[in-house]
Amino acid sequence: MASGYSAKEEDGHHSGALGPAGGAAVRSRKPDNTAFKQQRLPAWQPILTAGTVLPAFFIIGLLFIPIGIGLYVTSNNIRELQIDYTGTESSSPCFACSQNYSWNMTTPCVCSVSFSLDQPFESNVFMYYGLSNFYQNHRRYVKSRDDSQLNGNLNSLKEPSKECEPYRTNDGKPIAPCGAIANSLFNDTLALYYNDPNGTETQIQLVKRGIAWWTDKHVKFRNPVGDDSNLTAIFQGTAKPVNWQKPVYELDSDPENNGFINEDLIVWMRTAALPTFRKLYRIIEKNSSTSPTLPRGNYTLKITYNYPVRSFEGRKRMILSTISWMGGKNPFLGIAYITVGSICFFLGVVLLIIHHKYGSRSSSADLTH
Amino acid sequence: MDFNAIRNLISRYCTGEENWVDSRTVYIGHREPPPGTEAYIPQRFPDNRIVSSKYTFWNFVPKNLFEQFRRIANFYFLIIFLVQLIIDTPTSPITSGLPLFFVITVTAIKQGYEDWLRHKADNAVNQCPVHIIQHGKVVRKQSHKLRVGDIVLVKEDETFPCDLILLSTSRDDGTCFVTTASLDGESSHKTYYAVQDTKSFNTEQELDTLRATIECEQPQPDLYKFVGRINIYQERDEPIARPLGSENVLLRGATLKNTEYVYAVAIYTGMETKMALNYQSKSQKRSAVEKSMNAFLIVYLCILLSKALINTVLKYVWQANPNRDEPWYNEKTESERQRHVLIRAFTDFLAFMVLFNYIIPVSMYVTVEMQKFLGSYFITWDEEMFDDEIGEGALVNTSDLNEELGQVEYIFTDKTGTLTENNMEFIECCVDGHVYVPHAICNGQILPGALGIDMIDSSPGPDGKEHEELFFRALCLCHTVQVKEEETVDGIKRGIHQGKGTSFYISSSPDEVALVEGMKRLGFTYLRLKDNHMEILNREDEIERFELLEVLNFDSVRRRMSVIVRSGTGELYLFCKGADSSIFPRVISGKVEQVRARVEHNAVEGLRTLCVAYKLLTFEEYQDICQLLETAKLALQERDKKLAEAYDAIERDFILLGATAVEDRLQDKAADTIESLHKAGMKVWVLTGDKMETAAATCYASKLFRRSTQILELTTKRTEEQNLHDVLFDLSRTVLRQHGSLTRDTFSGLSNEFQDYGLIIDGATLTAVMKPDQDGSTGNYKEIFLEICRNCSAVLCCRMAPLQKAQIVKLIKFSKEHPITLAIGDGANDVSMILEAHVGIGIMGKEGRQAARNSDYAIPKFKHLKKMLLVHGHYYYIRIAELVQYFFYKNVCFIFPQFLYQFFCGFSQQPLYDTAYLTLYNISFTSLPILLYSLIEQHINMDILKRDPSLYRDIAKNSLLRWRIFIYWTFLGVFDAVVFFFGAYFLFDNTTFTSNGQMFGNWTFGTLVFTVLVFTVTLKLALDTHYWTWINHFVIWGSLLFYVVFSLLWGGIIWPFLNYQRMYYVFMQMLSSGPAWLCIILLITVSLLPDVVKKVMCRALWPTTTERIQNADKLYQGHLSEFTPLSSLHASHHKAADAHHLNPRRSEHPSKKLMYTHWGGGADYCTFSSSFGHLGLHSAYSWGGHETSV
Repeated sequence: MASGYSAKEEDGHHSGALGPAGGAAVRSRKPDNTAFKQQRLPAWQPILTAGTVLPAFFIIGLLFIPIGIGLYVTSNNIRELQIDYTGTESSSPCFACSQNYSWNMTTPCVCSVSFSLDQPFESNVFMYYGLSNFYQNHRRYVKSRDDSQLNGNLNSLKEPSKECEPYRTNDGKPIAPCGAIANSLFNDTLALYYNDPNGTETQIQLVKRGIAWWTDKHVKFRNPVGDDSNLTAIFQGTAKPVNWQKPVYELDSDPENNGFINEDLIVWMRTAALPTFRKLYRIIEKNSSTSPTLPRGNYTLKITYNYPVRSFEGRKRMILSTISWMGGKNPFLGIAYITVGSICFFLGVVLLIIHHKYGSRSSSADLTH
Repeated sequence: MDFNAIRNLISRYCTGEENWVDSRTVYIGHREPPPGTEAYIPQRFPDNRIVSSKYTFWNFVPKNLFEQFRRIANFYFLIIFLVQLIIDTPTSPITSGLPLFFVITVTAIKQGYEDWLRHKADNAVNQCPVHIIQHGKVVRKQSHKLRVGDIVLVKEDETFPCDLILLSTSRDDGTCFVTTASLDGESSHKTYYAVQDTKSFNTEQELDTLRATIECEQPQPDLYKFVGRINIYQERDEPIARPLGSENVLLRGATLKNTEYVYAVAIYTGMETKMALNYQSKSQKRSAVEKSMNAFLIVYLCILLSKALINTVLKYVWQANPNRDEPWYNEKTESERQRHVLIRAFTDFLAFMVLFNYIIPVSMYVTVEMQKFLGSYFITWDEEMFDDEIGEGALVNTSDLNEELGQVEYIFTDKTGTLTENNMEFIECCVDGHVYVPHAICNGQILPGALGIDMIDSSPGPDGKEHEELFFRALCLCHTVQVKEEETVDGIKRGIHQGKGTSFYISSSPDEVALVEGMKRLGFTYLRLKDNHMEILNREDEIERFELLEVLNFDSVRRRMSVIVRSGTGELYLFCKGADSSIFPRVISGKVEQVRARVEHNAVEGLRTLCVAYKLLTFEEYQDICQLLETAKLALQERDKKLAEAYDAIERDFILLGATAVEDRLQDKAADTIESLHKAGMKVWVLTGDKMETAAATCYASKLFRRSTQILELTTKRTEEQNLHDVLFDLSRTVLRQHGSLTRDTFSGLSNEFQDYGLIIDGATLTAVMKPDQDGSTGNYKEIFLEICRNCSAVLCCRMAPLQKAQIVKLIKFSKEHPITLAIGDGANDVSMILEAHVGIGIMGKEGRQAARNSDYAIPKFKHLKKMLLVHGHYYYIRIAELVQYFFYKNVCFIFPQFLYQFFCGFSQQPLYDTAYLTLYNISFTSLPILLYSLIEQHINMDILKRDPSLYRDIAKNSLLRWRIFIYWTFLGVFDAVVFFFGAYFLFDNTTFTSNGQMFGNWTFGTLVFTVLVFTVTLKLALDTHYWTWINHFVIWGSLLFYVVFSLLWGGIIWPFLNYQRMYYVFMQMLSSGPAWLCIILLITVSLLPDVVKKVMCRALWPTTTERIQNADKLYQGHLSEFTPLSSLHASHHKAADAHHLNPRRSEHPSKKLMYTHWGGGADYCTFSSSFGHLGLHSAYSWGGHETSV
C-alpha cells in the first residue's frame, strides 16, 4: 500500500517534465486505483487449521449422534411386515396361480396367504406391493409414456407420442394410455381379512384414495375433457392397452378415481428408481382411538393373481407398514448419522492432539523465540 | 517450438543471399528500357491493397466454422452432438448442442466483429489518396490502385503508401528524414538517401524523362535489410548501375519529416510490403498448464471410453438372458429387433459415450479462456507496474501464458536497457593515458561555469596536446548522431530567448549521444552535418569543417565503426571507434599499455568503454578504399560478406588515440529484483553484448554475483591457456565436488554454507561449446556445460550476438528437465530470444518498441518483473491450477453416479439426472463460483508474496498439477460420487421416506443426488477459497440459491411445449420430506469430510512454506507484521532452524521479540499497520539484506 501512495506523489513531479524523446504528449493512462482493479478488495481470509476446524468437528459429532440415535429408534419403532406371494416354491399357496398363468385367462386365479401379527399395528397402516427384479428404470421403459396424453390433451389422445412405441397403437387405434409403463400396470388385487379368534373372517377396509401425490392427481394427470362428460364417450376411438383387461375408463366406479386420474395408475406411472421397489397400494386408516388399526392375530391375504413375474425371475410382495415422520422402516439414516457423528468426534480428538503437539510448533513456536 | 525452428531456418535461407535466385525487375514509371538491353518482360505484382481481414462476407460462415472446429475440443463436442442427432441417445441433442452452439456463436460473433473492424480499417487505408506521376503530371489515385513501378509523390508528414525507392527529394543533397515510429517505435529521425544519379530529377517533367530499372530481391520481412540495384539508362550510353541498400528504401508505415516532398518509385506493394510481411502472427506458445490440462483430458477421454466400453460389455453379458433383454413389460419395437447385434452394440457404445460425455465439459474451455482473458486485465490495471515516466503500465500481448509467469525457472535478461537505464553518461576519457573528466554531469545538463577540464595527470606536451585535440575531433566526427534544431519544432520563440538556437542530438545509439555531449563539455561541439561537411566548434570558438567521405557503419559483429573525413587542410583521416577487443588488435602504435590499463580499470567499475584510433590516409589509399567499398556495395550477392571483408581490409594499422568511458546506471531496484528472483529459486542469466569486465561489474552491482560467489570463467582467455575440454572438465569437477559434499536440498540454497557459483562465458567460447564436433562429442560438451550451469546460481554470457542469445535460451529450454524459461529485453537484438523463450517479456525501453511488440508481456521497467512473477504469476498459477483440477473433479462427481446407476437400470443408458440439470450443471449451477475464484483468489496477501520470494518455490515445477495431485482430486471425485449415489441408494432402498407413505420415483432419486452434488462441489470450492470478498459470497451463495430457485421453477409448473413433465413437483416433494433433508446434510458432510481432514492434517503435520506463512498471517490477524522473521517460517529444514537458533548475534533477538509482542498483541494493530506500512517495507528490505549476510 505504501508504495502505491508514494508513486502517486511522484506523479506530480514527473509526468509533465519528462517526455519521451519524440516529444509525444504524456497521456495519463494510469490505471484506476480501485480496490477491485488493484486486487485489494476487503476480504475475509479464513484458513482451515486444526484449531479452527476442531470445534466444527465436535459440533458435528455432538449434533449427529443424537440425531442418529433418534432416527434409529424411530426406525426401530416402526412395524413392518412383508409377505412374499410370488409362488415360485411349490409349497407356496400361490404356486398354482403362478404356474399356469396366461394373459387371456377368463377366470382370475385367486390364492390366499395366511399370516399372523405378533404385535398390533397402531395408527394408520400402509399397504404396499413390492416387486423385485422389475426394471421400471430401464430407459426404454421410462420414456415410454405420453405426459400430454395423460394430462388430458385431446390431440395426444388421438395421436400419442412416438415414444410410446411399440405400445402406441393397436389395430390402428391409438392406445390410451399409451406406452410400456401404462401397459404393464400392476393388476393384482389384494384384499386383507382379519381372522377373529372366534373364526369369523372380517374384511379390512382398504382406502384407495390418497396414495398418489396430490399434485399428480390434480394437475399432472387429467382426464380429457370433451363435449360429453361421460368418460366412455371421450375415450371413444381409442384402444385399451394390450395387457389390460378393462379399458382406462372402467378402472374404477368412482368418477373421481377413474380414467387417467385413477390413483393406482398414477402411482404406477411414477417409475421407480431401483429394480427392487415398492408402491403404495392401499391405506388402512385408523378408525378408533382405542383399538389398534391392525390388532394382534391371524390374517389372510387374498390375492387375485394376475401379474406375471416368473418370466423375469421377479418377486411380488405385500408389505404392511406403519409410518413415522421419517417414513418407513429404514435403519440406514440412523446408523449413518451415528457413524458419521462418531467419526467426526474421533477426528476431533485426533485433531485436538495434533493441534496441541504440532499446531503451536508450526506457527507460534518459532515466532516467540 | 519446432515451428519456430523451421521458421528460423526459412528466414535464414531467405536472407542468405546465396539462395537469392529470384529477383524482381521494376521499370520505373512503367517505361521500357532502351531496346537491346534486356527483353522487356512485364512481371505481375499484386496491387497495393492491404488485406488484414481473414474473412469475406461470403466465406465467413464456412471458414469460421472450419477454423473453430479445427480446435480439437470443439470437434469433440460436435461429434457428440452429431451422434446424439443420429442415434437414439439417452439425452436430447439439446444438452450438448446448446452449449456448443452458444460457444461457437459467441466466438463467431467476436471474430466476425473483429474482422469487420479490420475490413473497415483496410478500406480506410486502401481508399486513401496518393499522388502518382503519370506522363509528367500529378494524378490522384486511391492507394490500392498503386502498382509496382509507379512514381509516387509524398509530401511532408504523409505516410508512405508502400515500400518505395527514393529517387529525389526537395533537398538538394537528395536526403530526406523519416520517422519509423509506427513501424519499430524508434522516434528518432532517420536519414534516407537518394541515389546520386537520380537526385536531380526532382520535378514531374524531369522524372518523366528518367529511364531506369530497379533490380531487387523479392520481398522479405526484415525491416533493415534490402539489396538492390538501379540501372539508369542515359542516351546511348551503357546503363549506370548503382547499389541500393536499406538507406534508399522508404518503408510503408513510415512518415516523411522535415522534407517538403520526395519522389519515389514503388517496389513492393500491398501484402508484399515489409510492414505487411511483419504482420504475420507469431507462433502460438502453449503454457505448461495447458499441456498438463491436455494430458488430463486424454486421461479423462480414456476413462470415458473405458466407462462406455465396460458398460457396453456388461450390458450384453447381462442381456444374454432374453427375459432381461426384453421382458414382457418392456418390448422393443420391430425395427430395433431387426437391427444387427453389432450395430446395436455400437449404438449402445455411442449412447454410453453421450451419456458420460459431460465428463469433458465445453464450459471448461470457455472458463479457462475467460479466466485468462479477464485475468490478464489485472496485469494491465496494476498501478504498481505503471511507470510515470513513460506514462504506461504493463501490457499483455498474449493472455495464454499468464500462469506460466508463475513457473519460471530460468530468466535470461539483457543488460543494457533492461538491467540498466540505458541512459548514458559520459564519465571520462583517456588520451594516451591522461584522464579527462568533465565536471558537473547532471543528466546531460551543463551547470554554469563547469566547462573546465580536470586533468588528473596534466602533463600533455605539445605532442600530447595535438593528440588530445585529434582525439576530441575524432569523437566529434566518428558517429552517426543527428542534430535536431529546436526551432524547427517549437518555433523561433525559444531561439530568441536564448540568443542562439538550442539543438539536441538524436541517435539510435545512446552511447554516441553521450560521447558527443561529453565532447561538448570538453570544448568541442559538433554542430551539424551540412552539405556533406561536418562542422565542429572548437575550443577557440572557431568552426572547423570536415568533409564526410565515407561512413563504415557500426555492426555488432565488427563492434566498431569508422568514418573517413577530409579536413579543411585536405588531410584524409580515418577515425575508428569501437570495443577494445576489436580495436587493440588493429593498432600498430600509440600508448597501448596505458590505455589498456585505463580501459580495464573502467570496465571493472562497470563503465562502458570504447577505444578511439585513427590513421592518416594518402589519396591513393583513399582511392583504393573507395574502389573496395564500391565493389562490395554493388554486389548483389553476398553483399554483407563482401562488405565485411572490405571493412576488415580498411580498418587496420591504426594509431591508438585513447578511450572513453560511459556509465549506464543500473535501473531502479534492479538489484533488489534480482535478489528476489534468486530467492524465488530462479536462475538469472545475463546475456549481453558488452565486454566481460563491464558486464561482470554490472552483475556485481545488481547483486547477481555476490562477494561470496565463486566465479567460474569459461572465456576465450582461459581456453587459450588450456583447451576447452580440460576447462570444462575442471569446472564441472569444481562444481560437482561441492555438490556431492552437501545433501541435496533445494531450500538450503540460501544458507551460507552452500557455496554458490557464478559462471562467466563469452560468445566465442559458447560457439565452441555448441559447435558440433567431428567425432560427435558435442553432446558431451553440451551436457557438461549444462551440468555446470545447473549448479550455478547466476550465469553471465557476454559478447553475445543476438542469435546466440536465442541459442542459449533454446539450449536450456530443451535440456533434460525442460525448464520454463523467460527472456526479458528491450532492444531489437533481444527479439529472437524473446520469441524463443517460453515467456517473452519486453521492456518499453529507449531502443524502440520492437521487443515490446514481439513479447508476450511488456513492462515499463525491470523492477516490475518482480511483481509480475512473484505476485501475478503466482496468483495466476494457483488460480488456474485449482480451476483445472476443480473442473475435472466436479465432472467426475457429476458423471460417476450416472455410471454407477447403469448397474441398477439394466445398463440401459438411463440418465440419472433430468435433461435440464445435465445441461445446466456446467453452464450455470457450478460455473460462476469457479470462474470468480480463478479470477480473484489470493491464498496469501500480495505483500507477503512480494516480500518473501521463496514462496515461489512452492509452486515451482508445475507442482499443483502433478499427477499425484490430479489423481487425488480424481479419487476425491470418485469418492464423493460413490457417497452421493449409495447414500441416495440406501435411503431409497425399498422403503418410503415420506410421512404420508407415498413413494418417490427415479427422478426424485436423481434430483436428490444432484442436489447433494451441487451443494458439495460448491462448498468444496468454498472450503478452498482463501479470499472471501463480497463477490465470492455473492456467486457462491448465489449459485446455490439459483439452483434451488431454478429447481422450484422447473418443477413448479407444467411446461408447455415439452413432451414430458417428469420433473413436475419432484423437487418440492423431495424437500417436503424430512429424511431427504437429513440425507442431503449427511451426504454433504461425508463428502467434504475427507478433504477437510486431509487438508488440516497436512497443514499440521507437513506444512508447506505457503501454509506456514498463512498460519502465521492468521496468527497476526490478517497482515503479517513487517518484522516477522519470515525465514523462520521456512523451518522445514531443521538445520536452518538450528542455525538461526544458534545465531551468535543474539542482540538482535530481544528487539525483535519486543516487536512481536507489541504488534501481535496490540488491539490497535490496524492503525499501526497502515501508518507503518511505508516504513516497514523499507525495513523489510534492509532486513532481508541482513539475513543473507548473517
